[in-house]
Amino acid sequence: MSRLITALLGRRAGRIALAASVLALGLAGVAEAQPELGIVRPIHEPAHASVQLGAELFAANCASCHGVDGQGIYKRPRPGAGNVPGMGPSLRGVGAQAADLYLSLGYMPLGNIHEQPNQGPVRFSKKELRSLVEYVASLGPGPGIPHPDPKGASLSEGFQLFTLNCAGCHQLAAEGGYVTGAKVPPLHSVTATQIAEAVRVGPYLMPRFSTKQISNAQLNAIIRYVLYTNKIDNRGGWGIGNLGPIPEGMVAWWIGIPLLLIACLLVSRRFRKA
Amino acid sequence: MSPLFGRRTASAERSRSGDNGAPPGAGNGRARIIPAGQPDRRAENWVVACLVIAAMFAAGFVVGYAMFSPLALPNEYLGATLGLCFIFIGIALTIVAKRLVVTEEIEHDYPTEHPEAQSEIAQMIHESGSRITRKKLLLGAAGLTGGTLGLAAIAPALSLGPFWNTTPLDRTPWYRGRRIVDVDGRPMLADEIFENTFYSGFPEGAPMDNIGSPIVIMRVNPAQLRLPAARRDWTPDGIIAYSKICTHAGCAIELYRKPTFPPVEPGPALVCPCHYSTFDVLTGGTVIFGPAGRPLPQLPLYIDASGYLRAGGNFSARVGPGWWNVREKPIYGTY
Repeated sequence: MSRLITALLGRRAGRIALAASVLALGLAGVAEAQPELGIVRPIHEPAHASVQLGAELFAANCASCHGVDGQGIYKRPRPGAGNVPGMGPSLRGVGAQAADLYLSLGYMPLGNIHEQPNQGPVRFSKKELRSLVEYVASLGPGPGIPHPDPKGASLSEGFQLFTLNCAGCHQLAAEGGYVTGAKVPPLHSVTATQIAEAVRVGPYLMPRFSTKQISNAQLNAIIRYVLYTNKIDNRGGWGIGNLGPIPEGMVAWWIGIPLLLIACLLVSRRFRKA
Repeated sequence: MSPLFGRRTASAERSRSGDNGAPPGAGNGRARIIPAGQPDRRAENWVVACLVIAAMFAAGFVVGYAMFSPLALPNEYLGATLGLCFIFIGIALTIVAKRLVVTEEIEHDYPTEHPEAQSEIAQMIHESGSRITRKKLLLGAAGLTGGTLGLAAIAPALSLGPFWNTTPLDRTPWYRGRRIVDVDGRPMLADEIFENTFYSGFPEGAPMDNIGSPIVIMRVNPAQLRLPAARRDWTPDGIIAYSKICTHAGCAIELYRKPTFPPVEPGPALVCPCHYSTFDVLTGGTVIFGPAGRPLPQLPLYIDASGYLRAGGNFSARVGPGWWNVREKPIYGTY
């Protein structure tokens, strides 16, 4: 039916009609027995990734916040799937880069617009994810998925750049932390591509860094360092989470000093007996 | 009287002191419990010498802390002066205990309530100092050591800030017309400042490590700015600059949070990584969270004919961490 409409009315109108019809289908599905965070899928999903499939998935799972055709909903939250109020930024011109980042980290779809997107299970299959990325990229000209190459980059340069630009929030060992109003994610399970995307996109409260601030070569060095922190060599022994001086001080005061006190008591007891 | 003291009972002691023909116990007419020891002037000399050496080490700590930078005099050496001071105090006390104080051992526990035994113990303590011949000298040496050690303990307070001359804190390198450069010394163009990110800037040709030097620069939507009326011209095209030094403890502000979707996310703010003081960028650096006591000082900006960013004057308030009277003093000059 959608192809028929597309053929009759042209691509854009077809897309809107398709979105509307799939949205209606999706709502019907929700009304039956959809979990609040479930993914609504076309009944007969095609075998290959395509903008078409992306459009259908977008209409069913994303449009309630990002608007039909991704123009965004800014003024007032609109009740969407599952009667969850939806509003969100425009996706026109964000490109495949941002779409791939948010979807591959499991940041989107978001259950509640007032929550911070967090790393979680990716709810789309690889094929669906690629389709959605292609569809978002088709909404307007934007940056594509970057292809970083951290292999030959300098680890020490990456460490310095990370200290300068990233460690304020993400901590020196990329353990994550807090900024007022948001949690800063740890960078342990992220890929080189995701790091490159995040630096350029600036998800949620993170600033975005242009190639003027951090060149692609410098970005490769940063990625090399972040990947290195995933398996830090704790040569001194126990790494204590690599969180810095506070846990180290806690270990010193709560474990080290009690052990010393016990040692003192044992020594003095021996002398008293002698 | 029951034998309170096992190895050498009090009564035995009395009889012994009587045998020796020593004078009776100090002042109160009672017989001595502890025999009077032989005066030991050499041991006293040693004690005084050790205490004086300890005092010299403590004084060395004070001088080293006050006069030398950590680079010229590493902390290990400073710590060593204090350590040696304590070692010599320890030697002095050991000599006093071994050679100058007459000791008496008690084998059993003290009786709980026994007035007579208590007064005996008091008498013993009094008498145990009988060998000391130059009490004032020893006490003076001990006072000297204690005094210098006390000075050493409060010497680190020097690091809290300049005590006598605070004018360097009142000045910054900024004046109207001074160009802003990036960390590599390149002048910053207004066109190169983008939204949703932040930049570190410095005064051209001035030392970067001065507390008044570093600034953070951001570009925001001018329509969203809610600055005091006096600062209307400070933000050309929405480019806004603040001191990079937190007004709480003086850390460098390294965190800038910016909303991706402003309707549901917190507004743009500068956050200090030390204690999470959070400063609202849009309202002139007001504190919206954390321990900072006053707003982040704002630097007025303007764009010159060539498109470079220049300071429009000095900061809106004093730069740097809070200290006594920081609110009461008038605002600084420039150097």
